[in-house]
Amino acid sequence: MPSARRPLSHHGFLAGAILVALFAGAALLAPVLAPEDPHAVASGDGATLEGPTASHPLGTDALGRDVLSRVLWGGRVSLAVGVGVEALVVVLGCVIGLLAGYFGGPVDAALMRVTDVVMAFPSLVLAIGLIAVFEQPGLDKVFIVLVALGWTTIARVVRGEVLSLKTRDFVHAARALGGGHRAIMVRHLLPNALAPLLVAATIGVGGNMVAEAGLSFLGLGAQAPTISWGAMLADGQTFLASAPWVAVFPGAALLLAVLGMNLLGDGLRDLLDPRLRA
Amino acid sequence: MVLGVTVLVFALNAAALGDPARAAMGQRADPETLERLRREYALDRPLPVQYATWLARLARADLGESFREQRPVREVIVERLPATARLALAATLVSVVFGVGIGAIAAVRARSTLDHVLMGLAVLGISTPVFWLGLMLALVFSVTLGWLPVSGYGDGALRNLVLPAVTLGALHMGTVARMTRSSLLEVVRQDFMATARAKGLSEWTVLGKHALRNALVPVVTVIGIGLADLLVGAPLTETVFAWPGVGRLLVAAVGQRDLPVVMGAVLVFALVYVLGNLLVDLAYLVIDPRMRDAVRA
Repeated sequence: MPSARRPLSHHGFLAGAILVALFAGAALLAPVLAPEDPHAVASGDGATLEGPTASHPLGTDALGRDVLSRVLWGGRVSLAVGVGVEALVVVLGCVIGLLAGYFGGPVDAALMRVTDVVMAFPSLVLAIGLIAVFEQPGLDKVFIVLVALGWTTIARVVRGEVLSLKTRDFVHAARALGGGHRAIMVRHLLPNALAPLLVAATIGVGGNMVAEAGLSFLGLGAQAPTISWGAMLADGQTFLASAPWVAVFPGAALLLAVLGMNLLGDGLRDLLDPRLRA
Repeated sequence: MVLGVTVLVFALNAAALGDPARAAMGQRADPETLERLRREYALDRPLPVQYATWLARLARADLGESFREQRPVREVIVERLPATARLALAATLVSVVFGVGIGAIAAVRARSTLDHVLMGLAVLGISTPVFWLGLMLALVFSVTLGWLPVSGYGDGALRNLVLPAVTLGALHMGTVARMTRSSLLEVVRQDFMATARAKGLSEWTVLGKHALRNALVPVVTVIGIGLADLLVGAPLTETVFAWPGVGRLLVAAVGQRDLPVVMGAVLVFALVYVLGNLLVDLAYLVIDPRMRDAVRA
């Protein structure tokens, strides 16, 4: 892996890192930062669909719940799905990519055939179709579906790296020294594929977050009382004319978080692999 | 590939329709309907037979019957196709015209402030969730300014098409812009560009005629990839703007657990995608004569 050079002078990377740090920090510290219980509905009168005020900096929603608190708590769901799904996707994708690239032949052909077929579907459409298989939608189903469909990108990246690495001298040397298949794959091939893997995984986290929000927006993801930015947007659409803040802020939070992930991923690619610099 | 797609949709179908009575009828399942459905889908036979039965029906463009509307799924989907096709074409137009334009300007002014601003916008476009962008555009142009309708098909009026098309196109515009820029910058370095300049051609002729055509090959690839973006964005955009297309049909059908419609719509989306990619491959042959030799060889 080429050494990372001057990450602080790469503006995109820096901006991405800051946005991601802010997003992760806000999500992790939501219980401390949120001014109110995100589920607390308004008591008394006049506190529903209230514009931004000192006590509710981002206003309140149709039930009088504090939008700021809900945006902060919604970030936890987004972060958990984004990172959690990607962690499993990376493991699954690495195993499949390593096996396909290393053994080649019929193993490769079979695994890549499956990958091609999964990739032949526009991802969200297939995700919607899969969700339909379950009786009831929910965040857990979104998680399962995103893992089931997400591994293809990582598998392709890893396979491609392995194909170009496995004929190198150091791999021949490892084999000559008596290294088994597993040792060669895990100890020699995988570490050398880390850079593109890291880039793909970072951008993947952002993709998972958008997918979760999208499915929840359509009513096919997180269900109340789970707080999801996508579901908040769906609520907000109803009151777009009278109380736009209900839709504006969760979407802006999602945009900034995803933008951060994409900038970070692009930056990592530039820094880790100068050959790919645009 | 097409066969693989049908296997996957069939698997979804089998998983979802495992118990057609519960799936179709909920609590109101009567034994007769149940028996008819079982026979129709050959559910009492082994899976390969079920698949063959299903495939044979598919070959006759028979996608089954909608649970909810009690009429062929094919009819339900065909009704919705024109709206989605209109939206997809308009969105492609938006993304290609603006994407190539922005990318070309950024390439001409490479490494300038304008370049950085435009490429920043491109990343922003890629990162903006379509459904939120749709809501924000509706907020600004419909609710606040009152220039365009908030939603609806409006009997195909152009003013109803603008916001959905921009929303759906924006996602992909960024990708096209980035690809056009990097591809143009790559081409500019080549020898034939120096030759064209040496002939005394103007900078715009050099860029427009020599560079752009060569830069188009990767851009066509991106347009092909963009088809995926469009199809992914369609259910979301159509939901935001109450657009009567296949995407909204799919979402509604999931909510109503009208599984034959769900599977039919998923299959149609996948087939459009596969066919679209085929067309992109064919487009290479038109743009790049070198590929024709590659095909013949």
